[in-house]
Amino acid sequence: MAEEKDKMTRRDFIKAGACGAACFALGAGLGSLGERGAKQDMVWQIDPGKCIQCGNCETHCVLKPSAVKCVHAFGVCGYCERCFGFFAAKPAEYTSGAENELCPAAALTRKHVKGQYHEYTVDEEKCIACGRCVKGCRVQGNSSLFLQVRHDRCLNCSQCSIAEACPSHAFVRVPASTPYIRPKIKPSDAQPRDKAS
Amino acid sequence: MKRKSFLSLLLIFIALLGVALGLGVSLHFQRTETARDAKAPPQRFPRPQLPRTYAEPVTAYPGPRGTTHEYIDTAVLLGALALAAYLVLKRRSRRGLFVLMLFTLAYFGFYRGGCVCPIGAIQHVVSALFHAGYLIPVTVLLFFVLPLIFALFVGRVFCSSVCPIGTAQDLVLIRPMQVPSWLEHGLGLFAYVYLGLAVLFAATGAGYVICMYDPFVAFFRLSGTMNMLVLGASFLLIAMFIGRPYCRYLCPYGVLLRLLSKVSLSHATITPDECVQCRLCEDACPFGAIRKPTEDTGHVPRGAGKVRLGLLILALPVIIALGVLLGHTSSRALAGMHPTVRQAWAVRRDEAMKETSDEEQDPSALALLRTGKTPEQLYAIEASVLRQFEVGSSVLGAWVGLVIGVKLIALSVRRKRTDHEADPGQCVACGRCFAYCPREHLRLKELRGELPGAEGGQTT
Repeated sequence: MAEEKDKMTRRDFIKAGACGAACFALGAGLGSLGERGAKQDMVWQIDPGKCIQCGNCETHCVLKPSAVKCVHAFGVCGYCERCFGFFAAKPAEYTSGAENELCPAAALTRKHVKGQYHEYTVDEEKCIACGRCVKGCRVQGNSSLFLQVRHDRCLNCSQCSIAEACPSHAFVRVPASTPYIRPKIKPSDAQPRDKAS
Repeated sequence: MKRKSFLSLLLIFIALLGVALGLGVSLHFQRTETARDAKAPPQRFPRPQLPRTYAEPVTAYPGPRGTTHEYIDTAVLLGALALAAYLVLKRRSRRGLFVLMLFTLAYFGFYRGGCVCPIGAIQHVVSALFHAGYLIPVTVLLFFVLPLIFALFVGRVFCSSVCPIGTAQDLVLIRPMQVPSWLEHGLGLFAYVYLGLAVLFAATGAGYVICMYDPFVAFFRLSGTMNMLVLGASFLLIAMFIGRPYCRYLCPYGVLLRLLSKVSLSHATITPDECVQCRLCEDACPFGAIRKPTEDTGHVPRGAGKVRLGLLILALPVIIALGVLLGHTSSRALAGMHPTVRQAWAVRRDEAMKETSDEEQDPSALALLRTGKTPEQLYAIEASVLRQFEVGSSVLGAWVGLVIGVKLIALSVRRKRTDHEADPGQCVACGRCFAYCPREHLRLKELRGELPGAEGGQTT
């Protein structure tokens, strides 16, 4: 068939050979990697165990506001009256009010439940992922507040620019089937509180 | 052409053979995932007894966006590549390519935010090759492979009008300046070095440098850090005068495409049929991809050239050895890109500082404390990463040496050329030169049926 039109020169032959070899290599690569890749995608997530709330999540995301948000695990929350994640250090009063609150965006709201217990909820639309409340809750509270990449917002960049800037290397790639890392908390030995705080 | 179609069928068959082999090998060596660990903080305040009427709010955990969009992207990529190939080879229409450019810039660039792109996908592929726990999405793999396959059959049509980074630069080119040939060849080597660095950093887990320094991703998203925006703006500014600076001098994926395109079955040509030596196209290419016919050198003695070529071939191992040496010595500096190594350095600095002053603890040291690892464990990991870098940097050095050596050899080999031709490796198939060729105008006239004697050129 090759001789029908014009003769194949030696150079053409080598070229076609190289082309074939490259084709074979590409095919082999596609086959070997594709089999493993078919199962799952990888997404970025923050390991709360490593996060030190440096504030880079607020400033380094390619999205404004950041795709990272503060998440509240209610099951772990102590419903404290004097929440270390809600109130600024030494506030004038322990009541809601911008001057007393830690959150610069007023994203954390406080609602009275019963007695001295209060419920704290995060408004994700307002949250800027500065991590101040997370730090407060981590250092003196139950660590029920933690930062997580919200996958409904995250663009899942190949190289997350927060991950690049994260000083504690808390950004990890996780399989898309388990896209969140919830903090592991040592359960308290004490009985559920009723009155004492 | 009968031979070409036969060859393409053969190539497809060979590629399928490769797929089958790769699948088999991969199924044979199944790998397992590694587990994560985190130190648990204590629960200081137990949960109070709350009234029965109290309904605890439910925290939503929205899942990742579905992958349907990525599959649509892959389909669009395939369609755009096929259309570009048709426009370059069959239709030979710069206007069509221009419209396609606008579309891909809008779709892959501004709509999809420039991610995922084949250039960055190099690193995903390398990660998948070197890290057992890393799973590469099929769409990313296809994004990586499809343009390469097209390059093998029809040349760099991906660069031509599908790559949003290429099209962004192509569209702003208003006053092209020719780059002197020595500078062109010299700067072109950076792309090979960049590819080597990207592979090294992805293989060792230091990060994805291509994405970190992607000049246009911030521009596509109209947000990003100042550095990224400034980088993008300066590239666009340069691209107004020097055609596609990123593609020619930096793009690591372009290196792969260039190599494959050199052996491609067919690629963009200046003339639709034959060259008439009119020299009209000589300055048509803003990317310096048009090769002039070689002058008749029959009466010049060839001895000097032969000796030089021989010397260069002998020098190749020496250049590679020098590269290895250079790579090995710079391995520690390169390892500084790896987060674990940086953390280890910071912790070590912190430990040394602790004795002299009680300043605030370094974030890296604090982070280490949180993970529950001891500094010794960290240093052990650091040592293993450093060993990886020692080997990796040497290989990188050898690669750079090889590239420089082969470039020198290629420059001293003279190929006899009788026509004006587009260099298959260099040509990005932008279609600018088509209009410069008088044969092309003849072809168009024939198509329109304006030529006397042309029999019914109504083939749309």
